[in-house]
Amino acid sequence: MVDILRIASRNLWRYSRRTLLTTLLVSLGILAVLLFKGVAGSFKTLMVGQITDSMLGHLQVHRKGYVASIDNLPLNLNLRPPQVERIEAALKSLPAVEAWSARVKFGAMFSNFTETTNIRLVGVEPADEFRTVPLLPGRVSNGSSAGRLLAPGQLLVPELLARGMKVKVGDTVVLVATNKDGSVNGQTFLVAGILASATGPGGRDGYVHIRDARTLLRMAEPEVSEVAIRLRALGEVRPVQRALEATLGGQVNPQGQPAFEVHPWEALTPFATIVRMIDLLTLFMQVMLVAIVLISIMNVMVMAVFERVREIGTIAAIGTKPGRILGLFVAEGLLLGVLGTAVGTAISLGAIWGLNLLKLTYKFGQADNLVLAPTLAAGDVLFIGALAILAAVLASLQPALKASRMDPIQALHHV
Amino acid sequence: MSLVRAETLGKVYNTVGVPVPAIRDVSFAIEPGAFVAFVGPSGSGKTTLLNMIGTLDPPTSGKLWVVDTDVSTLGRRHAAEFRGRHLGFVFQDFNLIPVLTAAENIEYPLLMVQRRPAAERRERVHKMLEAVGIVELADKRPDQLSGGQKQRVAVARALVTNPQLVLADEPTANLDSATAHRVIELMRAMKDQFGTTFIFSTHDPRVMAEAEVTFRLTDGSLDQGPPAGSTRHG
Repeated sequence: MVDILRIASRNLWRYSRRTLLTTLLVSLGILAVLLFKGVAGSFKTLMVGQITDSMLGHLQVHRKGYVASIDNLPLNLNLRPPQVERIEAALKSLPAVEAWSARVKFGAMFSNFTETTNIRLVGVEPADEFRTVPLLPGRVSNGSSAGRLLAPGQLLVPELLARGMKVKVGDTVVLVATNKDGSVNGQTFLVAGILASATGPGGRDGYVHIRDARTLLRMAEPEVSEVAIRLRALGEVRPVQRALEATLGGQVNPQGQPAFEVHPWEALTPFATIVRMIDLLTLFMQVMLVAIVLISIMNVMVMAVFERVREIGTIAAIGTKPGRILGLFVAEGLLLGVLGTAVGTAISLGAIWGLNLLKLTYKFGQADNLVLAPTLAAGDVLFIGALAILAAVLASLQPALKASRMDPIQALHHV
Repeated sequence: MSLVRAETLGKVYNTVGVPVPAIRDVSFAIEPGAFVAFVGPSGSGKTTLLNMIGTLDPPTSGKLWVVDTDVSTLGRRHAAEFRGRHLGFVFQDFNLIPVLTAAENIEYPLLMVQRRPAAERRERVHKMLEAVGIVELADKRPDQLSGGQKQRVAVARALVTNPQLVLADEPTANLDSATAHRVIELMRAMKDQFGTTFIFSTHDPRVMAEAEVTFRLTDGSLDQGPPAGSTRHG
């Protein structure tokens, strides 16, 4: 095998310019894919992080039917205390779960005593919420500094609403809400902080303490609209979703239908489409890479076989078996693929390193100054490399087969 | 026992559906250690006959035994194996592999065909370089060698696997007469040194004179009785 590779490498250097051009082409393909994967991957990770860590969490559990009418914030589809207990018991048994936060979501009238508008609110237990969506505290500006960001009686007002209503930290405002029975209740709140908008659903909601939410809504028992869950790793979403569905699936409502629904973050935000698009583009880039490698290497190998017909005739005549001749030409394709992949990967890693040094920033939705930090997983580099090398071998197979099947006499007399 | 034996051997090519006989019912035998020439004008069938003996082209009729093997029915793969084990080839255009040095060209059949271990390859290549007198050219590529030197490398390559039979189709056609003479001399010396049987084809009368046994071909048929050392039937 080593000997075949040695002879193959010499054959490649016989046409050094052609070999270098092909190597360059394969390298450029590798560079394009790896760079795209690195940059798009960084963007994707950041975007997913923004979405899951500032409001959604990785998974959410609702009462069956809640998500279908989530825009109405239906108060009649809240989870009752025994149901919440069951969910919490299930979550405690799952080691992949890092934190969870029970929320009450509702709509209210927001008044600064001179003007009134609508506001969507989330009632939370601050400690639970901040552990579940750790980017939330960072969105609060002008907040109190005691580390306790949201005490009972306090309100975090979304930035755009605060600006429009000319509300600032320390102001007193009134929230008026209607509960599920149609009864109206009002309460004054102290503005404890202004909340920067986040991209995606829920990114412009205000926050109050969960106890205030329940008082305002005159809840007879501590109901919950949703349980947002944070996992230790993003990759655990599917297994935990399956585990929760298995545990909670046995619970049925009086109509005999499942009482709960478990949704991963992708199902709750339209931005998941962008993530899927990035994945699709990456796949497309990989298809392009395979096409580049196949076409360039097949072209070179077809030429190589055509130019060396007499030589093929000679080695066949002196007794080289067809399989060895096949091996010789496949080895040339393989070496071209390996060379192109090695050069392309080296350039890509250098480029990724350079991009990290440059610390380019970009904006995603409302989040500004996000640093582009492209990274490449070793698995991805190996996969792309293996893909290119496999394509190179496949591309050389047809010309190599042609060479191995040549009739020695005809080949020897080829002009 | 003859090294090569042909019985009413025939070869017909079908050129655009028209049968063209190239060899017509030829019978002969060649003994081990012979230095044989097939001679005749262009188109007389010398190359076809050599190709058949070399298992590169199967006969269409008759029987052909080479090294105790009926080669008339060998498949492609078995034929390649047979050539690699028993035969050596010297070509008119030398047909050296341009990317390999003289030594590597000689080594090629040991490496790619017989797959011998490195130490044995080194030893045998050196022995052949010495035998054909080109030790100092071992590291030269074919494009750095003269015609005569290239044919010496080709002879060494043909002999390095210790074949019983070396086939040389017009080995001197591309050489000047002095070089041609030296190459034939070399082949004869190799025959004496290694006991290898040499069969070559030529239409050069000066080269023919060097053969110990001569078969004359005209229009695909043997037309003269062979000298002593060989037998002919039919």
